[in-house]
Amino acid sequence: MLKVVEINNLTVQYPDVKALDDVSLVVNQGDFLGIIGPNGAGKSTLFASMLGLNTKYKGTIKFFDEDIKKSKNYLKELGYVPQKPIFEKNFPVTVTDVVRMGLRKESDENKIDEILQQLWIHELRDRRIGELSGGQQQRVFIAKALVNNPKILILDEPVTGIDQQSIDLFYSILRELNSKQKITIIWSSHDLDAVNKLANHVACLNRTLFFHGESETFFSDDELVKQYSEASMQEHMHHH
Amino acid sequence: MSLEILTFSFMHRALISGVTIAILCSVVGLFLVLRRYSLFGDAIAHSSFGGIALGLLAGIYPLWTAYAVSIASALVITKIKDKYNISGDASIAVLLSSGIAVGLVIIGLSGGFTIDIFSFLFGSILLVSVDDTVLVLALTGAILIVILLLYRQLLYSTFNEEQAKVSGVPVEKINYLIVFMAGITVVTSIQLVGVLLISALFVIPNVTAIMYGKGFKQTAIISMSFSVFSVVVGILVSYVFDITPAGTIVLIAIGLLAGTMGIKSAGLLSKN
Ligand SMILES: Nc1ncnc2c1ncn2[C@@H]1O[C@H](COP(=O)(O)OP(=O)(O)O)[C@@H](O)[C@H]1O
Ligand SMILES: [Mg+2]
Repeated sequence: MLKVVEINNLTVQYPDVKALDDVSLVVNQGDFLGIIGPNGAGKSTLFASMLGLNTKYKGTIKFFDEDIKKSKNYLKELGYVPQKPIFEKNFPVTVTDVVRMGLRKESDENKIDEILQQLWIHELRDRRIGELSGGQQQRVFIAKALVNNPKILILDEPVTGIDQQSIDLFYSILRELNSKQKITIIWSSHDLDAVNKLANHVACLNRTLFFHGESETFFSDDELVKQYSEASMQEHMHHH
Repeated sequence: MSLEILTFSFMHRALISGVTIAILCSVVGLFLVLRRYSLFGDAIAHSSFGGIALGLLAGIYPLWTAYAVSIASALVITKIKDKYNISGDASIAVLLSSGIAVGLVIIGLSGGFTIDIFSFLFGSILLVSVDDTVLVLALTGAILIVILLLYRQLLYSTFNEEQAKVSGVPVEKINYLIVFMAGITVVTSIQLVGVLLISALFVIPNVTAIMYGKGFKQTAIISMSFSVFSVVVGILVSYVFDITPAGTIVLIAIGLLAGTMGIKSAGLLSKN
């Protein structure tokens, strides 16, 4: 099986806190990996390191067998949907404008229409991004991430603050991307049920990697799930 | 109004360079406004005051020293801002006040000169020479070409730096490029509206255009149209009534903004 991502002994030390401690992880082509962990577990930090946004880490991160400190080529194969896309509410861009930003080759304009249709936002294409609901905005950002036909899609807690109907639609889109288009998906969430339904691999993160393997193995082992829940509750109480 | 004024060649030069500067300021200004950097134009303009004073003192054509000092200080302040994590508005305040301070001290040292400084402060569009007009056209052409070529990178890094980085956009270089282009634009525009009113052309047409709820290119075109309209009508009206062109241009731009706000609150524009 082709290794898409290989992370070895990743440690990230912020001034006040060690966000990741000796995390090692392999993602194979076609995996649908759910990374679960409570707030502050280091999920966003892990992604920031993988995406080249945080370069102050110890250990190695490889994409397609190449160290990301040596080459940024892997970014071309990657689509990223951030936890909270920050932009001015009045920013004068339409849905089409936003998706076009993701497009590396301007010659692929008709790809934009195609992807908008696939994500059920075609009729919104001339609306300003700031006018849309959270669920619609999120689909726009997925469209932007997908417009270059990436091999890997990385999503950071993509359903925070979104209504249930949009969440269901969103999950069915993810499932289709993984099963039909064979896109490797790495997705963080603190919703155990959703990860159980969607992902075929699970990584439990809470500063260290607590479990990593097939999701069946994890969810069929009540003891593991219980341990995980307790560990994350404790961590949660620390934070409040 | 007599059409005779349109036959004067100084009026041709004023209108040509005025329209060019209007287009340039609205396009570069759009990026600054969207980056919450609206007053950056003003800060560069103030630092050019220091540059102008330096030129007058040293006997060099003040516009050249203004270019050098403004661009250099804009790039330096951007570097300092990033390195020491100073907020955008505070760094603007530092740039703005240090430019004026340098200018004032140099004027004091030289025993004071008044006439040239005055025209740089308030603009002298009707005195624009053929050389100035050619320079304005050339610089505007160059900047517009750069913007068209790097359109996606400029827009993307303005919209969201982090996502732009992940998409492989060299965000830091693009940021410096915008600062550099803003420096050139401001000093070039000084002849039109003067140091004091420069940020008006950067900001007002863009704030107006953004209210129309359109996409990026349309917003840029609406802004350019308002900017050009303000400058052309401002130059003609101010000549006929013998009032200051800079003030008139800005007042017309503000009139367009007020009109747009009126249309919007009457519910004729989509809310957003
Ligand atoms: N840029 C940063 N600088 C300093 N500390 C940070 C930074 N980003 C995150 N942290 C800290 O690192 C820990 C992990 O945060 P994060 O990766 O955002 O977790 P998650 O995404 O799982 O909620 C938290 O304690 C957080 O406060
Ligand atoms: Mg997070």
